[in-house]
Amino acid sequence: MEEIYNKKVIKLFKNPHNYGRIKNPDGVGRVGNIVCGDVMQLYIKVGKNKKGEEILKDIKFETFGCVAAIVTSSIITDLAKGKTIKKALEITKENVIDSLGGLPKVKYHCSVLSVDALVEAIYNYLSKNKKEIPEELQKRHKRIERERKEIDKRYKNF
Amino acid sequence: MAKRNKRIYFDYAATTPVDSRVIKAMLPYFNKKFGNTMSIHSFGQEAKVALEKSRETIAKTIKAKTEEIFFTSSATESNNFALKGIAFANKNKGNHIIISQIEHPCIEETSRWLERQGFEVTRVSVDKYGLVNPKEIREAIKKETILVSVIHASNEIGTIQPIAEIGKICKEKKVYFHTDCAQTFGKIPIDVNKLNIDLLTASSHKMYGPKGVALLFIRQGVKIEPLLHGGGQERGLRSSTVNVPLIIGFAKACEICQKEMEKEIKRLEGLRNKIINNVLKIEGVYLNGHPTKRLPNNINFWFSFIEGESLAIQLDLKGIAVSTGSACSSFKLEPSPVLLAIGLKPQQAHGSLRISLGRQTTEKEVNYFLKALPQIIKKLRDISVFK
Repeated sequence: MEEIYNKKVIKLFKNPHNYGRIKNPDGVGRVGNIVCGDVMQLYIKVGKNKKGEEILKDIKFETFGCVAAIVTSSIITDLAKGKTIKKALEITKENVIDSLGGLPKVKYHCSVLSVDALVEAIYNYLSKNKKEIPEELQKRHKRIERERKEIDKRYKNF
Repeated sequence: MAKRNKRIYFDYAATTPVDSRVIKAMLPYFNKKFGNTMSIHSFGQEAKVALEKSRETIAKTIKAKTEEIFFTSSATESNNFALKGIAFANKNKGNHIIISQIEHPCIEETSRWLERQGFEVTRVSVDKYGLVNPKEIREAIKKETILVSVIHASNEIGTIQPIAEIGKICKEKKVYFHTDCAQTFGKIPIDVNKLNIDLLTASSHKMYGPKGVALLFIRQGVKIEPLLHGGGQERGLRSSTVNVPLIIGFAKACEICQKEMEKEIKRLEGLRNKIINNVLKIEGVYLNGHPTKRLPNNINFWFSFIEGESLAIQLDLKGIAVSTGSACSSFKLEPSPVLLAIGLKPQQAHGSLRISLGRQTTEKEVNYFLKALPQIIKKLRDISVFK
């Protein structure tokens, strides 16, 4: 039996990367977990690479949640920063968990939350700019939005 | 700030370190006076004498008779023993049990199990401070009621219940009264006669004794069934080879607590109030539990916009050990039922923090904590979605 969180997780928790807000973001993704009550918000700034593809130029997070929620938020910003939108949408919860050197099983849902937040930020950017939204992304958005509405209702009068 | 090499333990409600005087008292009973109390030879008899002397020492601290103390392995066992033992011994009289909404899980889970066996359980509510209203107990008692069990002081929020009044009502209504004193035994005065207690649970490791030993006080004449059947130790009510060394330690721990109680209450209350008064100056901090009817060593807050596990781990990184009732720290991912019972919303319980002080707590540690906490709160609020 090991400790709840590994050294890598604790180190990152001590100094999370990319937290805070982006002024005038191109996209915002807000997600909530209806089971534990954690809430995460991701901000993205979109730019272009040399090939002219859209990339996530900057990305920041704000999270109300446990150690796992904060470190998965931090790691997803590291994983997504500089990636093309297409590549960023391919990030999975396994990528998040592996990059952290593992998480306790009971905390796996936090890694899903961070992936969802990124998906939502990208969806928000694409829909705001009337860009084509892949069918898969639309499906993911619908599921996430349902949960978010539930949690927003809960936290209306914090 | 002080260096991190000295860790600060602020979780005495979870468990306490064994006092060195207790260790010293126990040692001979592991390998020199190691006899089985049921043996007729001198090895057995010296263990038996030591056992009965310990029982007497402990009984005196709560004004009980020596033969009313029954040793068990844990407070959980004692609470199971009290509830199941009373339920099954008195089922001809009735099948109704009353508990409160803020019991320890071992009372709540035992009650749920009894419900599955056909017993009926009423859970009386608490007010925003976590106090049970004795009037509600009186109203809940019916002719089928066989037992009322109310925790003396909450392990989470520290609220001390009006058990004298509850005991009086139970005596008048001829219903057994059990109280879980895991957090109060050895910490604040208890007199089983003045308080009209029929059954009482206490645990050694919460009061600077070893883990693995606890007791159930059972007033003479109370009808109860044992959980464990076998060789007939503890007057037939708790078979198992008697764990003499741990009981010796438990008795020594009681003796020390009793002697130092008055002074320790004053000292801890002073430190407790210093923390409460200073932390409440931070914006968005609220005290859980009662402002005055609370354990001398218990403090419980909720902090707006931050989550308790994050807060507890940030404090741990500064060398300070505390506890939280946040859903994230529970394996069920649910907030503490006690905090919900006092009316906290899930997001408020999410940011809860328990600080429990003890014998080794110093003013210097308190000062270090008071200096570290605001910085951590600020950082976590900077990270948080909510502002």
